[in-house]
Amino acid sequence: MSTVRVAVGTRKGAFILTSNEKREDWKVEGPYFAGWEIYHIVGTPLDPDRLYASQSSGWFGQVIQRSNDGGKSWETEGNDFAYEGVPGTHKWYDGSQHPWEFMRVWHLEPSPTNLDLLYAGVEDAGLFRSSDGARTWQEMSGLRSVKGNLWQPGAGGMCLHTIVLSPDNPDRIFVAISAAGAFRTDDGGTTWLPVNRGLRSEGELPDPNVEVGHCVHSIAMHQSRPDVLFMQKHWDVMRTDNAGDLWHEVSGNLPSDFGFPIAVHAHEPDTIYVVPIKSDSEHFPPEGKLRVYRSRTGGNEWEALTKGLPQSDCYVNVLRNALAVDSLESCGVYFGTTGGQVYGSADSGDSWTPIVRDLPPVLSVEVQILP
Amino acid sequence: MIWIIIPAHLRTLSRVNGDLRLQVEEPPTLGSVLDALEAAHPMLRGTILDLRTKKRRPFIRFFACGEGWSDEAFDTPLPDAVIAGTQPLRIVGAMAGG
Repeated sequence: MSTVRVAVGTRKGAFILTSNEKREDWKVEGPYFAGWEIYHIVGTPLDPDRLYASQSSGWFGQVIQRSNDGGKSWETEGNDFAYEGVPGTHKWYDGSQHPWEFMRVWHLEPSPTNLDLLYAGVEDAGLFRSSDGARTWQEMSGLRSVKGNLWQPGAGGMCLHTIVLSPDNPDRIFVAISAAGAFRTDDGGTTWLPVNRGLRSEGELPDPNVEVGHCVHSIAMHQSRPDVLFMQKHWDVMRTDNAGDLWHEVSGNLPSDFGFPIAVHAHEPDTIYVVPIKSDSEHFPPEGKLRVYRSRTGGNEWEALTKGLPQSDCYVNVLRNALAVDSLESCGVYFGTTGGQVYGSADSGDSWTPIVRDLPPVLSVEVQILP
Repeated sequence: MIWIIIPAHLRTLSRVNGDLRLQVEEPPTLGSVLDALEAAHPMLRGTILDLRTKKRRPFIRFFACGEGWSDEAFDTPLPDAVIAGTQPLRIVGAMAGG
């Protein structure tokens, strides 16, 4: 029987939750790296024993950890994220120009085809590549040349938080940056295009249709349909059917189209999940009811999934990297909250149970099926 | 041997159990001790000093013989008691966070 491993990054360490395929009884291990912020912890598709973790602290900076034995032991790897050349400046909160400064790694994305290849999305926004299992890092600096001087930090900092690798084209990568937007490369990262046409940010940007500057919160793709992407923007849930060339809104009947994460069902490319949040100024679920919303139609028509989730007095948030699906036949869905709960569903979201209730605020959730 | 005390988080990171004692070239200065510390424990690179500028990270403080050494030049020789190994050089995470 396979093992389900859920890797959880929190404000004060990492946790690994494991169960069998039934996903009823869970073992909770951790904290790993106690006291440190773990923005992301993720396993590699090619070797489930290899995990990477982004460990950081306001006091002690950035550390990258790697495990080669499924998390039993860890080794520090390279933490030298040097922007290529003269880093230049980007837009600051007050509209002035501000020097690019490395702060932390938000997201690590291992390659599905090369064990030692992985990408790191960082704050201040940039994309780095390692071809030696995280020992050394090289910036893919062509990204920042796409009007980087106009990018501006959001409330959470100017972070590259989403990296989506195309399953059928190793030269195609999508990234998302708050608050710059979505970008695509079709040549392995040398040159990049902003892919934000169709996004509208009325009341937030002087030109709501501007090419860069949109606050994209996350992007998701189904492996069988690499030209179709779904986006949770600051406000609005969006969809593209042409790899980002044009987006259209699919918020439909959601109670709020503000939120952070978005995910696609493992086996149904038109089934997507979001967790609506009341607003940008009230980061908690509408009406105090924690509801995952599922669309089985690729957007626009949404149903609330509530069974097993608190339906009163709930004021947690679910952050952008904290929603994940597993690949078992009955697709599992998992999310973590800023209140420290990790919820799991073994039936595509129809019903939920708390796997663990009292962790530190959850920053990221990843899941992997181990043989 | 220079006696160095590092914060708990960095002891965990560097797998140091308790205090550290390091041989440092004469005359030991704040800078040469930090260099020796990073050389002996490479996983500490970037955690005390900024990787690029080699300046003290904003929320790191240094103390020796009860005195603040955070703003001393790195080429300043350390106090005799620290050089003699009878007093520690303390590396501290600053009070921050509320």
